Amino acid sequence: MAALTTGFGRARQGGAGDPREYKAETAAGGDKLGGGGGGGDRGCSFLRKVSVPGSGGGGGGGARLRSIAGTRPSVQNGQLLVSAGLPALDQLLGGGLAVGTLLLIEEDKYNIYSSLIFKYFLAEGIVCGHTLLVASAKEDPGDILQELPEPLHDDNYKKVLDEGRSHKSQEEPEISMKIAWRYQNLPQMEAGPGTSSRFGHYYDVSKRMSQEVIQSAKWHKFFLPEEITSYANVESCALNHGYTKLLHFIQRVISEQGFDGSNPQKKQKNILRIGIQSLGSPLWGDDICCADTPEHMHSLTRFLYVLRGLLRMSLSACIITVPSHLIQNKAVTSRIRNLSDTVVGLESFIGSEKEANSLYKDYHGLIHIHQIPRLNSLICDVSDTKDLAFKLQRKVFTIERLHLPPDLSDTVSRSSKRDLVESAKQLSPGCGMMAGGKEHLDF
Amino acid sequence: MFPELNNLLNVSPDKPEQGKFTLLCDAKTDGGFLVHHFLSFYLKANCKVCFVALLQSFSHYNIVGQKLGVNLIAARDRGQLVFFEGLKSTVEVLFGSKEQPNTLKFIRESSSDLKSLYEFVQKALTPSGDGSATSWKFPVLLVDDLSVLLSLGVEAVAVLDFIQYCRATVCCQLKGNVVALVHDSDQTEDEENAMLMNALGHQSSLILRAEGLVTGFCKDVHGQLKILRRGLLQPKSEQTRSLIYQYKIQDKSVTFFARGLSPAVL
Repeated sequence: MAALTTGFGRARQGGAGDPREYKAETAAGGDKLGGGGGGGDRGCSFLRKVSVPGSGGGGGGGARLRSIAGTRPSVQNGQLLVSAGLPALDQLLGGGLAVGTLLLIEEDKYNIYSSLIFKYFLAEGIVCGHTLLVASAKEDPGDILQELPEPLHDDNYKKVLDEGRSHKSQEEPEISMKIAWRYQNLPQMEAGPGTSSRFGHYYDVSKRMSQEVIQSAKWHKFFLPEEITSYANVESCALNHGYTKLLHFIQRVISEQGFDGSNPQKKQKNILRIGIQSLGSPLWGDDICCADTPEHMHSLTRFLYVLRGLLRMSLSACIITVPSHLIQNKAVTSRIRNLSDTVVGLESFIGSEKEANSLYKDYHGLIHIHQIPRLNSLICDVSDTKDLAFKLQRKVFTIERLHLPPDLSDTVSRSSKRDLVESAKQLSPGCGMMAGGKEHLDF
Repeated sequence: MFPELNNLLNVSPDKPEQGKFTLLCDAKTDGGFLVHHFLSFYLKANCKVCFVALLQSFSHYNIVGQKLGVNLIAARDRGQLVFFEGLKSTVEVLFGSKEQPNTLKFIRESSSDLKSLYEFVQKALTPSGDGSATSWKFPVLLVDDLSVLLSLGVEAVAVLDFIQYCRATVCCQLKGNVVALVHDSDQTEDEENAMLMNALGHQSSLILRAEGLVTGFCKDVHGQLKILRRGLLQPKSEQTRSLIYQYKIQDKSVTFFARGLSPAVL
């Protein structure tokens, strides 16, 4: 009978505590186990289910590995995952967002859709019962929480989906394809509510979350104008004043609330969801979005590095949105991407010339998955589809694969074909992390 | 360590080369698998390894190392591995007590000086005077990765000075090896990074460059690896020979094959 040991409970002693050793139980036959808790801080990929409760190892006060609400282990490497709020996005990110990592959203031009994804993340935290930490320099975090979408129950979701698709008859499962019969068995893009009803939830964007649910949530707020009372020019830690305050605030919440395992008596462990809005914008006192050669070029990257350190040593997941389209210096953008774990870029069609393009007429924008982390393994779960577009219907936000429409014109004129080829070039040549194509190659 | 990569590089854990500086770079893809390879290779070759890990935590390398057949915790306990965890030290430096010895004090101050990091490496790899320690073959310094230092505000010249000092100590004085990873940023305008990479490329005897495929994303071929040998002292044979292989990363190993001969295609 295997004793169950947690890397987390031993975090304080071994000093190598890392929430990614904290794997949820899986029934898969795993490797050996640190027997009797004396195995030091060895983390195992899979832990066997304990048949007798309370038979924890000697270390860590015998803290039993209890699964936290709203999390699940990754099927690939046992990593603990939380949902990002959108099941379609979870699927693209390899099952969800890993605990201890950072999700960077590169904002679209007017910050419409990225703030929506930000709210989905926070709403998911409230529904799962996680603790939230919301930081913003622009709007009061209390106001952000008032605007969260309302969660849908499983039976409502199908009705909402059918409304959205009523003008397109897409439910033809019984008609088998005659010409493109190879594509008959391709899976649909979105997972239905039955498959992941515990892990990811669905939301109705047209309604607000009810007040009782919001009041019942535990959250901490950081609103920059309230925290900074004096605009001193002195920079401690060679970091921006606002960033320093935010880091100290996050560190205080993590250590006081015990998210880093410093309070072993607490039986029920919880996840801290951190959301920081519009980091790097001038409202935070940073000038990388304003100048071509900014004075404080390293403030944001230093902040991200320290934040990464804080996240790795605690049970937390963080989402930040950065207005990268304002950053002139491409070097800073690539450095920010290297310091984040998961990077998702949003590109909306509002106001751009793509709005008139027939290729994109059904959608509101493109979504690019720039980077997915490889944690605790050599490989990562990259989705095959690189051309993804999103649209915001009245109630739901959907992400779908982008298809090139067939060229059905009678006389194939050069100009229209060139348009299509141009837009085909826009379809991303590949996930930047895996491979990149040269532009002159044209298929 | 990946046996196929050992064959390509013509080395084995029994007779590793000494006194070399190896540069790992990646462009548009993730070259982390090379770091895991060298870490497990030198641990299996019975060398004393000082690993400066700036971007990931200890357990990440440990879990991958277990898949590759080395136990980092055991190596650390018996003194073969000195592991410097950048993320943890940063948190301690900024939020801990001020009296702690801080090797990363350049984070707190604006003056970018890596002297304290170099002193840490020197102390870790110089063999101590007493003969109680078991004799390892030769010391190895592994750095993952140097581009992060540029993001933290350290100047490229300071990083080059650090590598120069480390090479002088580890390669020349202690007859060991130095392996460092740098991200390549040819598409972006990161001049400091480009300067760092070029300068280190000239100092190195072996460059392993992991790139993405020119044609884009492919499920079966994850990228291509360029192996560049620079002969510093032999002008006749082995000048600058470059070999290109394509690779596919699997759960526990990486398979290499000649260009266009991926098993998925054949």
